Amino acid sequence: MKRLRYAGVLTAVALAVAGCGGQKIADDKPAAAGKDCGTFNLTVSPWVGYEANAAVVSYVATKELGCKVVKKNLAEQVAWQGFATGEVDVNLENWGHEDLKKKYITEDKVAVEAGSTGVAGVIGWYVPPWMAAKYPDITDWKNLNKYAALFKTSESGGKGQLLDGDPSYVTNDEALVKNLALNYKVVQSGSETALIQSFRDAEKNKRPLLAYFYEPQWFFNEVKLVKINLPKWTPGCDAVPAKVACDYPPYDLDKIVSKKFADSGSPAYDLVKRFKWTNEDQNTIARMIAVDKLTPDQAAEKWVKDNQPKVNTWLGR
Amino acid sequence: MAAITSDAEIEVRRPRRSVVAGVLLVVWVAAYFLLRGIDTLALGGQDTTALHRWLTEHRDDVGQGNVLFDAIRIAVGNFVVLLQDLISQPSFDRPVPVIGWLGVVALAAYGAWAFGNWKVAVLTAAGFGFIGMQGLWQESMDTLSLTIAAVLLSLLVAIPLGIWAGLSDRAFKVATLVLDLMQTLPTFVYLAPLTLFFAIGPAAATIATLIYAAPPAVRLTAHAIRSVPPASVEAARSLGSTHGQTLTKVLLPMSRSTVVVGINQTIMAALSMVTVAALIDAPGLGQTVLKALRTLDVGVAFNAGLAIVVLAIVLDRVTTAAGDRPWRTANLRRRILLGAGAVGVLVAIWFSRTYVWAAEFPADGTLGARIATITSSVTNWVQDVFGGFTYGLRDAVTNGLLNPFEALLTGSPWWLVTAVVVALAAVLGGWRATVPAVVCTGLLVATGLWADSMVTLASTLLATVVVVAVGIALGVWAGRNHRVDVWIRPLLDAGQTMPPFVYLVPFLALFGSSRFTAIAAAVVFAVPVTTKIVADGIKAVPVATVEAANSVGSSSWQVISKVQLPVARRAITLAVNQGLIYVLSMVVCGGLVGAGALGYDVSAGFVQNELYGKGLAAGLAIVLLGVLLDRVTQAAARRTQNYQGSNRNRSRGDKR
Repeated sequence: MKRLRYAGVLTAVALAVAGCGGQKIADDKPAAAGKDCGTFNLTVSPWVGYEANAAVVSYVATKELGCKVVKKNLAEQVAWQGFATGEVDVNLENWGHEDLKKKYITEDKVAVEAGSTGVAGVIGWYVPPWMAAKYPDITDWKNLNKYAALFKTSESGGKGQLLDGDPSYVTNDEALVKNLALNYKVVQSGSETALIQSFRDAEKNKRPLLAYFYEPQWFFNEVKLVKINLPKWTPGCDAVPAKVACDYPPYDLDKIVSKKFADSGSPAYDLVKRFKWTNEDQNTIARMIAVDKLTPDQAAEKWVKDNQPKVNTWLGR
Repeated sequence: MAAITSDAEIEVRRPRRSVVAGVLLVVWVAAYFLLRGIDTLALGGQDTTALHRWLTEHRDDVGQGNVLFDAIRIAVGNFVVLLQDLISQPSFDRPVPVIGWLGVVALAAYGAWAFGNWKVAVLTAAGFGFIGMQGLWQESMDTLSLTIAAVLLSLLVAIPLGIWAGLSDRAFKVATLVLDLMQTLPTFVYLAPLTLFFAIGPAAATIATLIYAAPPAVRLTAHAIRSVPPASVEAARSLGSTHGQTLTKVLLPMSRSTVVVGINQTIMAALSMVTVAALIDAPGLGQTVLKALRTLDVGVAFNAGLAIVVLAIVLDRVTTAAGDRPWRTANLRRRILLGAGAVGVLVAIWFSRTYVWAAEFPADGTLGARIATITSSVTNWVQDVFGGFTYGLRDAVTNGLLNPFEALLTGSPWWLVTAVVVALAAVLGGWRATVPAVVCTGLLVATGLWADSMVTLASTLLATVVVVAVGIALGVWAGRNHRVDVWIRPLLDAGQTMPPFVYLVPFLALFGSSRFTAIAAAVVFAVPVTTKIVADGIKAVPVATVEAANSVGSSSWQVISKVQLPVARRAITLAVNQGLIYVLSMVVCGGLVGAGALGYDVSAGFVQNELYGKGLAAGLAIVLLGVLLDRVTQAAARRTQNYQGSNRNRSRGDKR
C-alpha cells in the first residue's frame, strides 16, 4: 500500500511541476565560445601562488579571447608527463627542473619554453618572526648551533630539528647540515600543509621552529617569516649535490607549454607567452584566494579591474 | 581434533610459548646494548641504492607509446567522459549535462526502489538532495561518474575471475595470494607506475580505482560459490545438468546475495580511492578536498568529505537492500507500479532536459558554507583548548614508548632483528609463520630500505596496539548494547569513508608534524573496522551461553572476560589482523604529516623523477611488512585456536 502511495505522490508531483514550467534551457545558450581560440589544458600545481597565475591567465583567456580553459590539478613533476599525451598544454610556473627540461624539451621535443613569469623564486630556511625578535643574531647561520637545543623535538633525536617540506620540493638540506657542521637533524614534514600549519602554530604559541620555506607564498601575508642567511650563493657552488655548502640560488620562474600548443597559432599561446607580472601581483591574488576565500575567478576579476594596463600588454594591445 | 583436547592443549602450551617469547625479547634487548649501531643499514633521505637507480632508469622501457595501453586508456577515457556528459558536465553544445539534477534524483530513487525498497529510495532522494544543497552537485556527479565507471569495469573483470576461483581450487589459491598483495599495496605506490602506462587524467584515475576496488568482488564471488551446499550441486548434476547449467541455474542464483555484498564492498573501496586518485587528475570531490587542504581550509575539506560519506551511505544501503531482496519475478501489481514509476522518471528526465530549474541544482551552497564555517570553528576551538595538552601527550608517548622501541628496531644489527623476528614467528606460529618471516625479512634487506622499514614497523605496531585496545573496548560495548551499536555505526562508516586527508590537518595542528600525528590518524582510520568485527563477533555469541553465565551470578565483567571474549576469539583475531592491515595502509598518508620513513619514500618517489625507483622499492617494503605481519598473526591465531576449517579464515575480504 505504501508503495502505491509513493508512486501516486511521484505522479502528482510530476503533474504539478508540469504546469508551472519555468525558464527553458534553449533560452540560455552558452556564451559564444571563441572559434579561433579553442580549448587548452592548464596544469595547476599544488601551491596557491601557482593558482593565482592560473586564475588570472584563465580569466583573461576566457573573457577577452573566448577560450575554453580546462584546469588540471596536478603535482608539478607529474604534470610534465601530460605534455606528451595532450593532457597538459600550459605550465605557468616552473621551478628549475633541468632534468625534466632535458627529457621533455630537448630529447622528446614535446614541450617548449615560453619565457619568464617575472616572478622571483626564493628558497631557504626560515624562523617565525617572534624568534627573530627575541634572538636577533639567529638569522646568521653561524649562530644556529648555539640555538640547536631550542629546536629540539620528539622527532629530532637530541639534535635541533630542521623541518623540510613536501617530497617534491628542491632541497639540499641534508647536505647543507652535514657540510656546514650543524648540530641539526632534517625531519620531513611531508607536505606544504604541514609546513604552514607548523609555522602558524609556532608564531601563535611562541614555539621555536626552523624550517624550509620559499617565496612567493601567500602565507607571508599572514606571518612574516624571517630568512636565515646561509653562506652566499655563487654560480657553481651547488654543482655537486653532496658537497653543497651555500644558499639556494635565486630562481627565475618560467613557463613551459606543449609543442602542439605553441604551434597551434592560438591567441592563447601569445597571451601565455606575454604573461609576466611580479611577486607582489601574484601574492595579491593568492591572498584573495587563500585568506579572503574568493574563488579564483572572483579574485582574478578583481585584480584585472585594477590592473587593466598590465593585462592589455599581455593581450598585445 | 576434538574441542576438549585442544582446549587442554592450550592450557598447557600457552604459558610455555609466551615464556619462550619473553626470553627471546630479553635476550634481544641485552644484545642490543652490546651491538647497537653495527650493521643498521641506514640510508639517507636523498640517497639511493643500485637497485633504486636501476628501477629509475628503466621506468620508461615499458610504458611509453604502447599501442595496447593507449587503446585501453582511450576506451576507458571515452566511457568516463560519456558518463560525465550524461550527468555532470555540460555536453552536446548545451550548457548543462544530458540529464539534469531532477532526472538524476528520479532515476536514482527509482533504481533504489526497483532493486531495493521504498525506504532506500527515500534515503537516496534525501541524500542526493543534501549533496545538492551543499553546493557540490557537479563535483559529486563527477565523482559518481568515475565511481560507476570504475565499479562496472571492475565487475566485468572481477565476477568472472571470482567464479573461476570459486570453481577451481588452484585458481582460488592463486587468487587469494594475489589479492592479499593487492590489498596491502598502498595506493600511492601504483599511482606513479600507472601514469607511465596510462598517462594522467580521468582514464588513469579510473584504472587506478578499478585496481583498488576489484579484490573484494573477486573474493566474495569466489566465497559465495564455494559456500553453496554441495547437496544442491549434486542434485542438479543427478538431474543431468551440464556444468554451464549448474553454474547459471544453481550456483549463481544461490550465491546472489553474497555477490551483492562483494559489489557493495567494491563500491565502498572505489569511493575511498576518489581523493587519492585526484592526485592524477581524477575529477570530482577529491579535487575539492585536495584544493581546500592547500589553503588549510579544514571546513571546505570536511564539507566535500561529508558529500563523499553521504554518497557512500546511500550506495551502501541501496546495494545492501538489493542483496536482501529475494530473487523472484515481480507480481502483476508491482509490475504496474514499476511501469508507472518508469514513466514518472522519464517525465522527470524530460523536465531536467527542458527547464533550467530542473537541470541546474537551485542551491547557492549556503548549507555547504555553513557546514564549513561550523567545522572550522569547532576545529579551532579544539586546537585552542587542547593544543598545549596534546603536545605534552605526544612527547610523553614518543619519548616513553615510541623512541625506545624504534631505537631497539633500528639500532640493532639487521641480522639480529631478522633472527629475533624469525624465532618469534617460529615460536608463535610454527612453520606457517617461519617461512614467510624468512622470505619477507630477506627481501626487506634487499630493498635497501631496512632502516626505514624498521621505523615504519615501530609506529605500525604501536598504532595497532592502540587500535586493538580501543576497538575491542568499543566493539564489546556495541556488541552488548544494541542502542550503542545503532549510534556508533554511522560514525564508524564516516571514519572509514571520510578521506584521511581531511582529518590530517586538524591532527597537524594538535600534534605538529611528527610520527605521533601519523599514529593518531592511523588509529582513527583503523578503529572502525576493528570495532565492527568485534561487535559482530560478540553479537554472534549464543544468547543461551550468556544467559547461563548470568544465571550462575557472574558479574558483567566476568561474562565479558570469561564467556563472550573467549567465544568470539575468532572474530577478535580477524579484527586484530584487519586493524593491522588498515594501519599499514595509512602509512603513506602518515608520510605527509611527518612520519617520514617508508611513507615519505613512497610519496617522494611519486613526485620526484630521481627517486622513482626508491619509491617503488619503498612500496614493496610496505607490502612485505604487511605480508609478514599478516602471516605471523594468522599463523599464531591458528595455533592458539582449535582449528575449525581454514576457509572461514579467508573471509577477511567480507569485512572491508
